[in-house]
Amino acid sequence: MKYILCADFGSTYSKLTAIDVSARKIIGTSKAYTTIETHILEGFNKALADLESQIGKIGFDKRLAASSAAGGLKMIAIGLVPSLTANAAKMAASSAGAKLIATYSYELSSAESEAIEAAKPDIILLSGGIDGGNKEVILHNAEVISRLSHDVPVIIAGNKSVAEQASRIIADGAGRKPAQLVENVMPRFGELNIMPAKTAIRDLFISRIISAKGLDDAQAIMAAEIIPTPLAVFEACELLSVRGSLTAVDVGGATTDVYSMTDGAPTRPNAIEKGLKEPFAKRSVEGDLGVRYSIPSLVSEATLEAIVQYCGIPEADVSSWLDTVSRDTSIVAERGSVGAAIDDELAASCVGISMSRHAGRLESVYTPMGEMLIQTGKDLGDVSLLIGTGGSIINSPNAEAILTRALASTADPYSLKPRAPRIVIDTSNILTAMGLLSRVDKDAALAIMSQQFGL
Amino acid sequence: MEKTTIVLGVIGADVHAVGNKIIDFAFTNAGYNIINLGVMVSQEEFIEAALESDARAILVSSLYGHGEIDCRGLRAKCDEAGLRNVRIYVGGNLVIGKADPEMVISTFKNMGFDRVYPSSVPIETAIREISEDLGHSVITSN
Repeated sequence: MKYILCADFGSTYSKLTAIDVSARKIIGTSKAYTTIETHILEGFNKALADLESQIGKIGFDKRLAASSAAGGLKMIAIGLVPSLTANAAKMAASSAGAKLIATYSYELSSAESEAIEAAKPDIILLSGGIDGGNKEVILHNAEVISRLSHDVPVIIAGNKSVAEQASRIIADGAGRKPAQLVENVMPRFGELNIMPAKTAIRDLFISRIISAKGLDDAQAIMAAEIIPTPLAVFEACELLSVRGSLTAVDVGGATTDVYSMTDGAPTRPNAIEKGLKEPFAKRSVEGDLGVRYSIPSLVSEATLEAIVQYCGIPEADVSSWLDTVSRDTSIVAERGSVGAAIDDELAASCVGISMSRHAGRLESVYTPMGEMLIQTGKDLGDVSLLIGTGGSIINSPNAEAILTRALASTADPYSLKPRAPRIVIDTSNILTAMGLLSRVDKDAALAIMSQQFGL
Repeated sequence: MEKTTIVLGVIGADVHAVGNKIIDFAFTNAGYNIINLGVMVSQEEFIEAALESDARAILVSSLYGHGEIDCRGLRAKCDEAGLRNVRIYVGGNLVIGKADPEMVISTFKNMGFDRVYPSSVPIETAIREISEDLGHSVITSN
């Protein structure tokens, strides 16, 4: 096996990466506009022609692909208590590469059921109750789901005592939705078990979603199943973590993803861990943070005042730029323009807020034994590498400055963000391709990434 | 038959861990399914654990003298969270210094605790009484 072609079908671009596996080297990249409405392969063929004009016609031994086309893998996660099974379900969906639209807890209300209906998720993950624990809530929620009018596959990963019953309610209900039963995401109190649900999500993506998203023709010319793009990035980061702990931020037009590959154990001597022990390999996806489609929610979270203050551009100019790019999301700012400076600040806000949400937190408690620190979530303080990826980071000349917003600061000493990682930029946008390559040749993927990031 | 589940923990900013382990051991031996939240447990954590696990009771320990402040409002919060049928028990060194045990018991009962165990009560008594409340038949080792 010598040459591998990796394709990434996005919602606007198809990106190709040609790899010489034996030389452990990327030999060419290209991208072309994707038109999922017309034909997914049009963009692919255009990009391939461009690639061949650079490197000549090559007989690729394997073609591999990931996709985030047609809105990605839209999921809804449901659990019982927000910090427990709902959080576990959220982590399972995120680690499978889903674009999590919403997470719900307790009994679903009719307003929530309408919101689910309107969001049209590709998959619903239903959990609730540890094994032998609460039964009523998951059964109630199964009833609610069974009455949703659109056809959506449901994965049931809750209390084993009633999971089968919940699955029958959904499968035999009026909508006859496909229901798949897997192990509980939290079988015992405080214990995560997200792999079975993650595997089921991937299998469903392959068996149903690819075809529903119009990717059949693309699948037909690939050597292996198409996987969600964030899953490929996740696997690339997981593989690279053998070289040391790391975290990665991917800022996109609609969402911002954060990956951390570290056990997250306390780095402060008097910290006690509380709450759910999060996994070594964690991904979080923020659906309200992005530099184009998510501008209204990003601005409401970051505040316009802060954005204006950080980039030092008059408020009127900032507002008019935000209006312009919200209306036409395809606008790319010219280098060195006012728009580019504002876009940098939008990306930096996404980086800062998403890392604050991803990282754990400390809470100071005064006890008769002195001050104690209670840690919830992962401590990323000692992480050695921070990778920036996604168009708005890698195309900016200020990428490193944008990423420094992910670092720990005295402004919020209780946020456990990375303290002094080495910052690297995924300038050639290789993470997705490396995640795909790792499925067939781990050594080659690790060698290329190590070379790229100077490890 | 499913085991009776009890949520256990030391409330507030209290870090006394030894008694907690002994209670866990004794109740587990008596046939209970114990969910032990350890030390420095907030009221919310007790409630969330009871919700997910369908626990029949919450067993709160306090040894550092601030029990009265830490435990206030737990019953009301349980009721609010839909845990009206979950019994709540408290035990340990509940107030600072030498206090009249009857006074201590009545203070905590007024706060909504079903039973109150000052440090003088042997654990066997607590297990027997709590098992009566919950209709749990104690497994006795030979």
